[in-house]
Amino acid sequence: MDLERVVVVGASLAGLTAAASLREQGWDGHLVVVDAAMELPADRPPLSKQVLAGTMDSAAARQPLADRIDELDIDLRLGHRVEGFGADDHRIKFFNDHELTADGVIVATGANARWPAPRDELPAGVHVVRTLEDSLALKAELDTAAGPLVVLGAGFIGAEVAATARTAGHDVTMIEAAPQPLARVLPSEVGAAVAKLHRDHGVDVRVGVGFASIDAGPGGRVESVTLSDGSVVPASVVVAGLGADPSIEWLSGSGLSLGNGVVCDETLLAAPGVTAAGDVANWFNPTFGERMRVEQWDHAIESGRAAAVRLLAEAGGDAPQPFASVPWFWSDQYDRKLQMAGRPSGNDEAVVIDGELGAERFAVAFRRGDRCTGVLACNRPRLAVVSRTRMTQSLAWDHVVGA
Amino acid sequence: MKIVIDYDLCESNAVCMGIAPEVFDVRDDDLLYLLDENPGDDLRPKVEEAARRCPKQAILIQD
Ligand SMILES: Cc1cc2nc3c(=O)[nH]c(=O)nc-3n(C[C@H](O)[C@H](O)[C@H](O)COP(=O)(O)OP(=O)(O)OC[C@H]3O[C@@H](n4cnc5c(N)ncnc54)[C@H](O)[C@@H]3O)c2cc1C
Ligand code: SF4
Repeated sequence: MDLERVVVVGASLAGLTAAASLREQGWDGHLVVVDAAMELPADRPPLSKQVLAGTMDSAAARQPLADRIDELDIDLRLGHRVEGFGADDHRIKFFNDHELTADGVIVATGANARWPAPRDELPAGVHVVRTLEDSLALKAELDTAAGPLVVLGAGFIGAEVAATARTAGHDVTMIEAAPQPLARVLPSEVGAAVAKLHRDHGVDVRVGVGFASIDAGPGGRVESVTLSDGSVVPASVVVAGLGADPSIEWLSGSGLSLGNGVVCDETLLAAPGVTAAGDVANWFNPTFGERMRVEQWDHAIESGRAAAVRLLAEAGGDAPQPFASVPWFWSDQYDRKLQMAGRPSGNDEAVVIDGELGAERFAVAFRRGDRCTGVLACNRPRLAVVSRTRMTQSLAWDHVVGA
Repeated sequence: MKIVIDYDLCESNAVCMGIAPEVFDVRDDDLLYLLDENPGDDLRPKVEEAARRCPKQAILIQD
């Protein structure tokens, strides 16, 4: 296969990393990167932290590769939303019937924040946090809000927004339908420690209760949230931290296999000449022996590079390498820096390996049979990183945690 | 190769240490120590990798 033109769809962390990696591997063909956004998307982690808190200028929240677009000889096309794709002919269709064909395609369209209801049915004052505009709009409303903030969902982004707003002095209620925060990814004792952290800082954390409706006041602005148990929580501003859905609408009818993202093999290949990376990629991770889709910053970099290398391997006839990964991410809440290596589930056994659960510094390892599926460290960065390195060698419990 | 850390940006999350422990060390006091400010060229790929994956973009490589 001749690789004269590669089109990367998505100019955020995964897409730009993939583009840079193609060049670093020595490929010098026509490199097009398209994104629906009118400007290069911001680096997202600060959006629920420093940018929302006002301690980081929005210009500082930029993509790590933003300065290297020219040097990398990237034909960057912003304001280009892709609306259709054919996996057979690699035809990329834009909104105005304009088309582009490519020899290789890297899908890096990330994910979209989930809204609690169709947007036009929601009162003013309801937000999500995914883009720089989202973060600035929320900040502007919080700066002038007279009343409390209600956060729907106690996942990582919801919990960060709650922490940032609480630190700024707002009254905050956080509502989580599951019995504990972060229940999908962490065993309940750990979620309970996160709930306690927020309560200790004065957040009203309500778990095991969903929301029934988001209610508008006379002026059409949000006034309260009604919970599934009938109680009513006053709200001047509402933030939905309900998770994100992979951005795959543009791929319907493309011939690619879809389902919780773009379904790839263990090498990130989705179809001949098509690879995927970042939040949108669903692949079989050989390290864990399971399919996963990972919405984490470092994963966007790791998988971005792997998707580029995979495409070149196909073109060059080299043997494809599986993308074996131990995911790693961080989350900042108050003075706690949480870091997690691995991919535990809510059903794994939690074993405290350092300090005391919920203390200022501690670490917990997650056990499934004789394997360690993850290590969560609170203000123990060294331990998190050492654990990650060990996990890349072997997940055997004794190897990661010591007998 | 000379390495400079922007300590105003660095938040000691130890990502760099995971990639190049010969050069970067985050100790139990939660501070990052540069073990080698002028590592040899054999370490360049690892140091470049660490610079790229630093979530705060706090590692500068001066050639
Ligand atoms: C508020 C927030 C805080 C976060 N904090 C952390 C953290 O502390 N730690 C951590 O590890 N991770 C964090 N993350 C996750 C991390 O930022 C993401 O995993 C990362 O941004 C994923 O990068 P990506 O390139 O895969 O996708 P995205 O960043 O979602 O980018 C996808 C791009 O594709 C474009 N696109 C989508 N559809 C189309 C289309 N049809 N045509 C053209 N372009 C399209 C979009 O415009 C977008 O620019 C956070 C995320 C958010 C939102
Ligand atoms: S990766 Fe960056 S932020 Fe983290 S310890 Fe190293 S230099 Fe500091």
